[in-house]
Amino acid sequence: MVHFPPPRRQMVGPGRTRCCGPPGAAPAMNCRAEVLEVSVEGRQVEEAMLAVLHTVLLHRSTGKFHYKKEGTYSIGTVGTQDVDCDFIDFAYVRVSSEELDRALRKAVGEFKDALRGSGSDGMGQISLEFYQKKKSRWPFSDECIPWELWTIKVNVVNLANEQERQICREKVGEKLCEKIINIVEVMNRHEYLPKMPTQSEVDNVFDTSLKDVQPYLYKISYQITDSLGTSVTTTMRRLIKDTLAL
Amino acid sequence: MDTDLSSQDRKDLDKFIKFFALKTVQVIVQARLGEKICTRSSSSPTGSDWFNLAIKDIPEVTHEAKKALAGQLPAVGRSMCVEISLKTSEGDSMELELWCLEMNEKCDKEIKVSYTVYNRLSLLLKSLLAITRVTPAYRLSRKQGHEYVILYRIYFGEVQLSGLGEGFQTVRVGTVGTPVGTITLSCAYRINLAFMSTRAGEDNGAVYPSVEDSQEVCTSSFSTSPPSQLSSSRLSYQPAALGVGSADMGYPVLFAGGLHAAHPHQLIGPGKEGGVPPVPSQPAHGTQADQERMCTPLDGVHYSAATPSSSEDTETVSNSSEGKCGSPHDLLETIFVRKVGAFVNKPINQVTMANLDIPFAMFAPKNVELEDNDPMVNPPDSPETESPLQGSLHSEGSSGSSTGNTHDDFVMIDFKPAFSKDDILPMDLGTFYREFQNPPQLSSLSIDIGAQSMAEDLDSLPEKLAVHEKNVKEFDAFVETLQ
Repeated sequence: MVHFPPPRRQMVGPGRTRCCGPPGAAPAMNCRAEVLEVSVEGRQVEEAMLAVLHTVLLHRSTGKFHYKKEGTYSIGTVGTQDVDCDFIDFAYVRVSSEELDRALRKAVGEFKDALRGSGSDGMGQISLEFYQKKKSRWPFSDECIPWELWTIKVNVVNLANEQERQICREKVGEKLCEKIINIVEVMNRHEYLPKMPTQSEVDNVFDTSLKDVQPYLYKISYQITDSLGTSVTTTMRRLIKDTLAL
Repeated sequence: MDTDLSSQDRKDLDKFIKFFALKTVQVIVQARLGEKICTRSSSSPTGSDWFNLAIKDIPEVTHEAKKALAGQLPAVGRSMCVEISLKTSEGDSMELELWCLEMNEKCDKEIKVSYTVYNRLSLLLKSLLAITRVTPAYRLSRKQGHEYVILYRIYFGEVQLSGLGEGFQTVRVGTVGTPVGTITLSCAYRINLAFMSTRAGEDNGAVYPSVEDSQEVCTSSFSTSPPSQLSSSRLSYQPAALGVGSADMGYPVLFAGGLHAAHPHQLIGPGKEGGVPPVPSQPAHGTQADQERMCTPLDGVHYSAATPSSSEDTETVSNSSEGKCGSPHDLLETIFVRKVGAFVNKPINQVTMANLDIPFAMFAPKNVELEDNDPMVNPPDSPETESPLQGSLHSEGSSGSSTGNTHDDFVMIDFKPAFSKDDILPMDLGTFYREFQNPPQLSSLSIDIGAQSMAEDLDSLPEKLAVHEKNVKEFDAFVETLQ
């Protein structure tokens, strides 16, 4: 078992934006932003989104931290499992955490429903943002400072016959393979990551609400493009419990 | 220079690299087992999960990896390589991928060993987990079973890429800088799956015209669809043009993995590869990929020993066949898949083989079916004057026959109907059923009458019409009563 030394305090690097700010606001300075685009059939939306989001979160989740008296901490173990897609010729690996899977499925389900809704021409985007919280003094609310933003732009296509659908299964599978390779490439650049927090600050960096794994604090939001081509923000979902309120 | 590194850090770093190498091998081999992997997260650290990841250790794999490393660590010029290859039941083999764990000289002196390096190695392992599922060999490995198996080989030293064919692609999984060098993990994988094989003695000199355009075999053609859709996803395969291929392979043959293997067949015995037991035949159709795996002590993994002797065997398998045949144009088998229905494909051997000792013979139907014989294309002619009921009755009229339809594939067993007693009546239910299962023909539907020619029917028509015309008033009256 590797014990980690007490982490050093560090000034937060990236630029700032308010928590619960206007959805769809441009990412702050120094926030790493990656954009992926996919064209899928309607029934493939969920699996494609889950594949990408789970792959990102696999890299952005650690085991649960257990702090010890002298300030060192040990880290739990992250399990993984294979997931086969039903509508795409594709398989991916996700973190073995039912809570995390449920949270992602809920967000992706809402995104899919919104895509199907009226006023949509089948185009939209779903964003996964990793952020740090910076506590502010009363009466100011905490700041949420994003440090990485993943945006997946989705274009839903309608196919006419079974043969086209079969080809689409395979093509989307190949595209997702490319996306996974892109994600891994970004992850392995070893660019900015929040410093490991002290026990008192762990909730500012990690989502400690899950019982088996500990992803970095994240939030998922989506936008649907209506038929006029303008962005219509529908919902901002908070997937972590906000422990502070004024 | 690593003089700046404390001895404790150096020890830690060596340990990290060693266990990272072992875990890398485990992840790669487990990803090619052909089954879905699932490990549990644990909030309490167990102390034995290196890099905070739940990766099981298959003992044989660890043993092979340690044997290959022989106490050394990856260093500059000394890479740890895991070769993944495919071996068909015919004995043909093909290298699919080569995973390389390398070290280069670029050092990062500032990095903290026990903290940053460790965490980055953990991240790299996660990336490896993700990448092992996106290369073409993953889908091949999920479907291994009767037609082919996936093998691995670990070696240490110089990277050998020659077995991957032309135009192989490389994907970099990631890098981690350390004070003694930068660790790089990458994968080179074959994209040209139309592979080359030869058969001894078949130097008939026939040169079959190569199909245009095609290096496009496959990655997209291997699908993870459920078995019912499997046949529709197998698009037509086209062989590589003659003469194209890796230097050590000769002649184009189609790789038709899993294509309508209608005949169960044995896999190779343990002769060549260390410790691979023979397996019972199983039908290929309609079974899930994970049920098609061989039953080995390790649930379907086929291992080739990493010892030098068996690795030579692996090379020999692929090289010996080309050594036997000198002609540059050997027998070319082309299997095309033709769509005959929504989810049905029909393999056609477009080439008539002079003899049956052909590659992938077991994929070919027993009788070389040309299109003319294909019932889907040319339905059998319906007999001209057959009574419509003819076909539904057993025309042989074998009453009392207890065998019914005899067919080589059927095994006769005693028919014991449930809930029937045979003590009261002289005839029990089973006998009754058998006797009257094939009742005799009705005389009105006998062959004599059925075989009456059309001409005779036509001749008798005018007489019948005359009779009916006489009775037309009766018919009219009858119709009026109905209204």
